[in-house]
Amino acid sequence: MTDVASPTVRVSTRPAESRRDIGIKRRYAAERRFRAYGISAIVIGLFFLAVLVWSVVSKGYTAFQQTTITLPIEFSEKVIDPKNERATDPKQLQTANYPVLARDALVKRLGIDPKKRPLVKQANDMVSDSVRTQLRDIVVADPSVIGKTIPVTLLADANIDSAFKGQIDLTVEESKRKVKDQQVAWMNELAEAGVLKKSFNTGIFSFGASSRPEAAGVGVALVGSAYMMLIVLVLSLPIGVAASIYLEEFAPKNRLTDLIEVNINNLAAVPSIVYGLLGLAVFVNFAGMPRSAALVGGLVLTLMTLPTIIIATRAALKAVPPSIRSAALGLGASKMQTIFHHVLPLAMPGILTGTIIGLAHALGETAPLLLIGMVAFVVDYPGSPLEPSTALPVQIYMWANEAERAFVERTSGAIIILLIFLVIMNLGAILLRRRFERRW
Amino acid sequence: MSEAAVEKALDQKMNTVPLKMIGKDVSVYYGEKRALFDVNLDIRENTVTALIGPSGCGKSTFLRTLNRMNDTIENCRVTGRITLDEDDIYDSSIDVVELRARVGMVFQKPNPFPKSIYENVSYGPRIHGLARTKADFDEIVETSLQKAGLWNEVKDRLQEPGTGLSGGQQQRLCIARAVAVSPEVILMDEPCSALDPIATAKVEELIHELRANFTIVIVTHSMQQAARVSQRTAMFHLGNLVEENDTDKMFTNPDDQRTQDYIMGRFG
Repeated sequence: MTDVASPTVRVSTRPAESRRDIGIKRRYAAERRFRAYGISAIVIGLFFLAVLVWSVVSKGYTAFQQTTITLPIEFSEKVIDPKNERATDPKQLQTANYPVLARDALVKRLGIDPKKRPLVKQANDMVSDSVRTQLRDIVVADPSVIGKTIPVTLLADANIDSAFKGQIDLTVEESKRKVKDQQVAWMNELAEAGVLKKSFNTGIFSFGASSRPEAAGVGVALVGSAYMMLIVLVLSLPIGVAASIYLEEFAPKNRLTDLIEVNINNLAAVPSIVYGLLGLAVFVNFAGMPRSAALVGGLVLTLMTLPTIIIATRAALKAVPPSIRSAALGLGASKMQTIFHHVLPLAMPGILTGTIIGLAHALGETAPLLLIGMVAFVVDYPGSPLEPSTALPVQIYMWANEAERAFVERTSGAIIILLIFLVIMNLGAILLRRRFERRW
Repeated sequence: MSEAAVEKALDQKMNTVPLKMIGKDVSVYYGEKRALFDVNLDIRENTVTALIGPSGCGKSTFLRTLNRMNDTIENCRVTGRITLDEDDIYDSSIDVVELRARVGMVFQKPNPFPKSIYENVSYGPRIHGLARTKADFDEIVETSLQKAGLWNEVKDRLQEPGTGLSGGQQQRLCIARAVAVSPEVILMDEPCSALDPIATAKVEELIHELRANFTIVIVTHSMQQAARVSQRTAMFHLGNLVEENDTDKMFTNPDDQRTQDYIMGRFG
C-alpha cells in the first residue's frame, strides 16, 4: 500500500442560487428620503432667515444715515439775551428762543423775504426742532460765542430726511403729503450747494427717546440694557454656578433634590411675562424699589436667566468624565479641590456658553420689562441703575408703535443694532468654547 | 534538605514579612445588593499582591475599599475592618484625604489630567504641601518620573499636555503621579488592560521595581500577568475570597478546585 490517495478536486455542481433579497434598495431609498427631508428643512430655514434679514436690513439700513444742513448760525445777542441779563440770571441762556437763530440763518441762506410768513414757516419746518437743545448746549458750554457767526451742522426735519432719502412719493398731490413742493425745491437747491447732505447717523447710537424721529436714538436704551446685563451677569453667574455645583456634586439624591430639579427645569419654560409680574409684585410693590429702574429689570432678568444657566452648568459638569474625578480623589484631593482644580475648569466652556446664551436671551427680553414700567419715555441717560431707564428691545417696541415714516426705518435700524449685539454675544460664546475646550 | 523542608523554610520566610494592611470580615453592599462576603485578606509589605477572578467577582470592589474610593459611590456600604499599619481606615479619626495620600491608586484607563506633564506629577505634592519651592517641585517631578521610567522620554517636554502621550506613557505618567505623593501602598486596577503588549511589559517591569519602595495591590484579568508580577495572589469568586496564597503555589498547586478551574481556563 504505497500509493497515496490523490485528493480529488470537487467541482461544485450546485446551480447558483439567486441571492437573498435583504432589502438593500429599500434601505438606501429610505436613507435618501431622510437626507432629502433634512436638506429641505435646512433650505426652508435658511430661506426664512434670509427673508428676515433682508426685510430688516432693507428697511433699516437708511436709519444709519441722517440728512443734515450746515448753516452759518449767527448767535445774535438780540435773540439770545436782548436785555443782557445772562450774568445775573442763569436761566436766560436756558430759555432763550434758539430756533429763531436757525430759522433766520436758513431764511438768509435761501434768500426769502423775512416778511413772507408762510414761506418762512415752510423754511423753518425743514430744520428739526432739536436745534433748540443743540444750539442751547453750544451757548451754555461757551457763552463767548454770542455775537459771533459760526457754521453749525443741524439735523434736517424727519420729513425732509425721508424725502431726501427718496422715501416720500412726490407724485402724490401736494396737499396730501407732508413735504411741500417749495421745500423740495429748496432741498434740492441746498443739496446741490453741498449744504444739505446725508452723513452717517451717529445720533441713533447716542440720543434718547424723542417724539421727533430725527432726534431719537437708542443710546439711552443701550445704557439701560448694559446696566441690566451687568446686573444679570454679576448675579446669575455666581448664583447659578454655585447652585449647580451644589446640586450636581454635593446634594444627596432624594425626593427633595428631585423636586428641585423638576422645578428648575419647569422654571426655564415659564413665560417671561410671569417673571415680570413677579418682579412687579415682589421688587416694586413689596420691596419698594423704584419703578422703571434698571435694577428691577436686572433682577427680573436674573430670575429668568438662572434656570438656563443652572441647566447648562449642570450639563457641563455632568459631561466631565468621571475618570478625572477619580484621578483627583485617588491622589487625595478633597471634594472641593477636585471640583475647583479639575472639574470646573473642564466644565468652563460649557458654563460660559450657557451663560452667554442666557444673557443673549435676557438682552432680547421685552415682556417682563413692560410690566415693571421700563416702557418709559426716557430722554436722559440714567446715571445709576436706580434711575428710570429703558431697554433696547423695549425701545424697538415703542418705536414700532409710532406712525411716522422715519420711525419705521428707525425701528428696523434698532433691530439691526440688537441683532448685531446678539450675533457678537453668540460669536463670543463660540470663540470662548473654541479657546477653552480641552481634550481628555 | 528535603523538598518539604525547603517549602517550609520558604513559607516561613514569606510569613515573616510584616503585614501592611489587614482586611477582616470585609463586606460591601451596593444598596440591597451584596458584592463582597466577609473577605479576610492581608496585604504584605513591599509585596505585590495580585487579585484575580472572573468579571464581577468583587476584586475591584475590594481594591477600592482599601483607599475608600467606594465612598464616592452612592448607596455603597462597607462593613468589617480594614487596617493600615494598625489604623482602622474606616474609623472616624482617619481622614479620607490623608488615607488616600498614603494609599495611592492607578486606574484601569490612563486618566492624566488635561494639563502639562509637570502639573500632572506636581499636583499631588502641591495639594498635600509636600514641597514649597520650585526646586523642590522640580526634584519631586524628576524623581517620580524616573521611578515610573518615563523621565528619559519626557524630560524635554514637561510643559506639553499629559494627554498627548501614548497610552502606555500616559499610564506610566499616572503611576508617576501616584508615586509623587510618596504613598505607602499603591493600588492598581487592571493597569494594563488598555495597553498594548510592549507598553504592558514596561509597566510590569516598573511594578517589579516599585516593589522595593511600595506595597502594591494589583487587580488583573491576565493570569500570566499575575504570575509574572506578583508574589501573593488572591482569587475571588462571586464576592468570596476563594484562596490566598503564594503566587508560585497558586499557579502550580492551588488548594481550591475553583482556583484550579479558573487558572486552567474552565470558567471566567
